[in-house]
Amino acid sequence: MRALVVDDSRAMRSLLRQILLQLGIEVAEAAEGRAAIDLVEAGPVPELVLVDWHMPVMDGLELVTELRAHKEWRHMAIMMVTTESEHENMVRALLAGANEYLIKPFTADAVVEKLSLLGLHCATVPAGDSYGGATQP
Amino acid sequence: MTTATAEDFQYLQGFLLDRSAIVLSEDKQYLVETRLLPVVQRHGVESITDLVRAIRRGDKTVETAVVDAMTTNETSWFRDAAPFDALRNLVLPELVASNVTRRRLAIWSAACSTGQELYSVAMLLDSEFSDLASWRVDLHGTDLSTTVVQRARTGSFTALEINRGLPATLLVRYFRREGAQFVIADSIRSRVRFELFNLARPWPPMQDYDVILLRNVLIYFDVETKRDVLERVRGRLRPGGFLLLGTAETTRGLVDGFRPIPVGATTVFRREES
Ligand SMILES: C[S@@+](CC[C@H](N)C(=O)[O-])C[C@H]1O[C@@H](n2cnc3c(N)ncnc32)[C@H](O)[C@@H]1O
Repeated sequence: MRALVVDDSRAMRSLLRQILLQLGIEVAEAAEGRAAIDLVEAGPVPELVLVDWHMPVMDGLELVTELRAHKEWRHMAIMMVTTESEHENMVRALLAGANEYLIKPFTADAVVEKLSLLGLHCATVPAGDSYGGATQP
Repeated sequence: MTTATAEDFQYLQGFLLDRSAIVLSEDKQYLVETRLLPVVQRHGVESITDLVRAIRRGDKTVETAVVDAMTTNETSWFRDAAPFDALRNLVLPELVASNVTRRRLAIWSAACSTGQELYSVAMLLDSEFSDLASWRVDLHGTDLSTTVVQRARTGSFTALEINRGLPATLLVRYFRREGAQFVIADSIRSRVRFELFNLARPWPPMQDYDVILLRNVLIYFDVETKRDVLERVRGRLRPGGFLLLGTAETTRGLVDGFRPIPVGATTVFRREES
């Protein structure tokens, strides 16, 4: 599986890259929406795009709108990954065509669970509870 | 002093077993330290030994704080997905059919932590089982830890918690933001009830349930306690009712009277008609 991470923070891109790589997902990066469109057009088309909201040049909401304007990319899953969590804005992003929403800050477990909500199953066993209880007979 | 002495540890093992049935194995000394140091600080004492002294003296506040700190409250929305698919696709449709004349449904989340499990069920019922709107539906959540029960009642969650498995469509439909918190709609919160409840102690008289979620709690108990709790859970399930366990848990080899039914990626346990 291929993912495209779109975020103007290099640290955030590298955090997401690490998490996704551990799940066996290939990762491309873009620092804003315009560059992301160029990458998708150049191909290969990613199955998953992670989109920050506030970015220079083309912001996340515009990017989602633009991606969804292309019928041939309609199978692509789009997840917002952003500090933006005003109710009204979350609704706008979903209406524009985002499929999921992850609010910063987040844990790696949350990313795995969101991917499973998106129907993208990846090579992982989420960390269960670990504690001193007796194991099952 | 940041470490627990061997005597402290031994005392705490016995105390925890007695109060919560939680088994603290020998290799869990680090856990006692990381979990209890914040309690030491909050109570303005010097050490874990001081906490143990306070418990020996019968200080109820410290007892509660220590039990709370030693419980593992890890949870998430629609945890593991498959059990909730089983509710959606098999359990609830069956119960809606079999209870259609009674028009009642009762569900118990028996180790509910901060409430995500029960609220997930409540949102599932509200969004996908509108037939039930005119039924009497009891949604009860219970836990041993005072802190988590209080938190569950507020229905207020941090972004970190909201991110854990809650579909975005349900987030925008059922939550409003208040400062840094996300608060669940009153229409959902008013339908659930949370109480303190110790599974390992004698149970008060209580109603029967159609569904009991007993998820990710048996793992902390020894075999005797698992068996005893499962037997009592069976006694509180209506014939034909369903028990949902955690991924690593089963009734097999522990208790009779349940029929395992595989559903998708999980197994639910149905109480046999007696
Ligand atoms: C890991 S959480 C599971 C929460 C939820 N059922 C889930 O699966 O996500 C375990 C919970 O069991 C509770 N617990 C531990 N011992 C208990 C006991 N003796 N009686 C009732 N609850 C207990 C803890 O306080 C904790 O909130």
